[in-house]
Amino acid sequence: MGSTISSIPFAGTPEQEKQLLEVIAAHKTEKGCLMPILQKAQEIYGYLPIEVQTIIARETGYPLEKVYGVVTFYAQFSLNPKGKYKISVCLGTACYVKGSGDLYNKLQEVLGIEGGGCTPDGKFSLEACRCIGACGLAPVLTVNEDVYGRLVVDDIEGILAKYND
Amino acid sequence: MDMINVKINGVEVSAPKGTTILQAARMANIDIPTLCYLKDINEIGACRICVVEADEGRGKRLVASCVYPITEGMQVYTNTPNVLESRKKTLQLILSTHEKKCTTCVRSENCELKKMAYDMGLEDECKYEGENIQYEIDDSAAHMIRDNNKCILCRRCVAVCNANQGVGVIGANERGFKTHISSAFELGLGTTSCISCGQCIAVCPVGAITEKDSTDEVLKAIADEKKFVIVQTAPAVRAALGEEFGYEMGTNVEGKMVAALRRIGFDKVFDTNFAADLTIMEEATELVERVTNGGKLPMITSCSPGWIKYCEHYFPDMTENLSSCKSPMQMFGATAKTYYAEKMGIDPKDMVVVAVMPCTAKKFEIGRDDQNAAGVPDVDISITTRELARLIKRCGIKFDKLADEQFDQPLGIGTGAAVIFGATGGVMEAALRTAVKMITGSEAGDINFTDVRGVAGIKEASYKVGDLDVKVAVASGTANAAELLKKVQNGEADYTFIEIMGCPGGCVNGGGQPQVPASVRNFEDIRAIRAKALYDQDAASEIRLSHENPAIKSIYDEYFEKPGSHKAHEILHTSYVKRGLY
Repeated sequence: MGSTISSIPFAGTPEQEKQLLEVIAAHKTEKGCLMPILQKAQEIYGYLPIEVQTIIARETGYPLEKVYGVVTFYAQFSLNPKGKYKISVCLGTACYVKGSGDLYNKLQEVLGIEGGGCTPDGKFSLEACRCIGACGLAPVLTVNEDVYGRLVVDDIEGILAKYND
Repeated sequence: MDMINVKINGVEVSAPKGTTILQAARMANIDIPTLCYLKDINEIGACRICVVEADEGRGKRLVASCVYPITEGMQVYTNTPNVLESRKKTLQLILSTHEKKCTTCVRSENCELKKMAYDMGLEDECKYEGENIQYEIDDSAAHMIRDNNKCILCRRCVAVCNANQGVGVIGANERGFKTHISSAFELGLGTTSCISCGQCIAVCPVGAITEKDSTDEVLKAIADEKKFVIVQTAPAVRAALGEEFGYEMGTNVEGKMVAALRRIGFDKVFDTNFAADLTIMEEATELVERVTNGGKLPMITSCSPGWIKYCEHYFPDMTENLSSCKSPMQMFGATAKTYYAEKMGIDPKDMVVVAVMPCTAKKFEIGRDDQNAAGVPDVDISITTRELARLIKRCGIKFDKLADEQFDQPLGIGTGAAVIFGATGGVMEAALRTAVKMITGSEAGDINFTDVRGVAGIKEASYKVGDLDVKVAVASGTANAAELLKKVQNGEADYTFIEIMGCPGGCVNGGGQPQVPASVRNFEDIRAIRAKALYDQDAASEIRLSHENPAIKSIYDEYFEKPGSHKAHEILHTSYVKRGLY
């Protein structure tokens, strides 16, 4: 397994770091402080890259591996930023039996990223989600606020092409 | 004390409140198999191998005996069909993701999982076959290899790395089926602040974590007729090597070890103890120098490369407190390739110095900068006690049948002060014996500094030496070291001299020592048992003071002039670097 450090360059601002340090200072003496800190950190940065986890480890005194272990345990935390266009493929039961797994695989292949990842240009990120309540349209995926339903694998290229800016 | 009465397999046991079923069963001489459990540091009840049936008046229930406390009137059954079937299923499930390359596994002879399968009479190791993740092997560190394909997720390695060493560079990543032990961001261990102590290797029940084996390199050097191959053995090796050949723990096998090394074919069999005495001369001189000239205090010992790397990563502001003395192993190599090479008329380039160490961090240490007094590395190959045992077996030497032999001269002469270097407090005691002489001009009234002996993680003492009040502290295990150093940094303690060894209990419990199964480790103190062998040897030694070692006296007369001389500094001292944390 290669390094899981995000290939997107870190673009954190001093303002974000200041916010993060305030969050850590407010929680670090609590038992089990890592969860609230990580949740707030993800709100601040949108994801939890090594730069952010290193600050958390340094300030809380937890080993970096401990922080990383918690981050990778919970699906809510992301090691990669969200792209300009966030693609979510529903892998809920109805969509899955209608072939959303194939859509998901196709997207990974076309974008050249794993689920949970982001293209190096920061344009597309891909993730799986559970039922979005549009089972009648299964299989479904969303790109930001746009919903696409009753899809087949061959529709993928066309959908991506709409976001060509 | 509140005593609780229980019946285990019908045997009545009375034990203090808080005792676990596992401990109580042991008192009734009943062994319960365990995998994840390590006393005091990994009590997580996760693997479920230790289940027993416990009846607390509500019928029999399967509970994890390693963490379940006994309650009054409890009936425990450790061998019912239900218990045995549960354990067997658990083991089969563990085996379903364990890479079963047992024939070529380095732990083939002492794998705890393999033994468990045998003990349980397991007939189908492949009962649950299915998808498996193929993990890349991490060989990025200088000293060890991690193979997650063999890992059974017991987390014993994670526990020692965190609890005993305060390092925590390995842990569980991801979840569910993808759970695996690794370092942050899957960066190889070699890029982390791993201190190379090898405590994880010492507690791994299977072959998932092993040292990098250098025995082939040793045999190759010996076979090369152009090479003059010298071996040196650290004090703690003789106190544990016997365990690999069926001797009782704590048996000192120095004589047989020397005989075996000669049969393997080394040109000279020397003792790191010689260099330990040399270290004392240099270190005691440095201490006296720092005390009298207002140098950086407390001075901290520098024999343990795990501790050194820990200090560089975690306390970079205190590297100036470290004694500039090379470790005994490196001093030995440096002396062999300068003084001894000159004396024998051997080009140091044609000399190979092999070190047998209870330590894996030594494999990292030999590659450090500023450890090449003769322009070539002071030490070429460092192997662990375990590797030596394998070498002896591979060479077909009947270890137990060997007659005791003596080390070669002159680099094989060591004193009682040197042999106790292998246990926590030993370097301090040896240094005090000589420092008293250096400061006061006369020998200490009692050369047994018993306050600094024993397995306690942190020990303190204070001695009146001449007009000086010498406050000393001893720590072993880097988590204890951190606790001690924080007191120094906060100004809560003003020690003159501190001894730190990276592994709990010192080198006798080093990461390169024979693996001791949890079934023994959880009930006996291997640190104390092995250390006793060294203290017994010290007590029985004719010469117990480093400055009285005749070989040390002559090396200063002939070569180094005096302790702390310019030449001694060039050859026997080194420097440190400040390293990042992650």
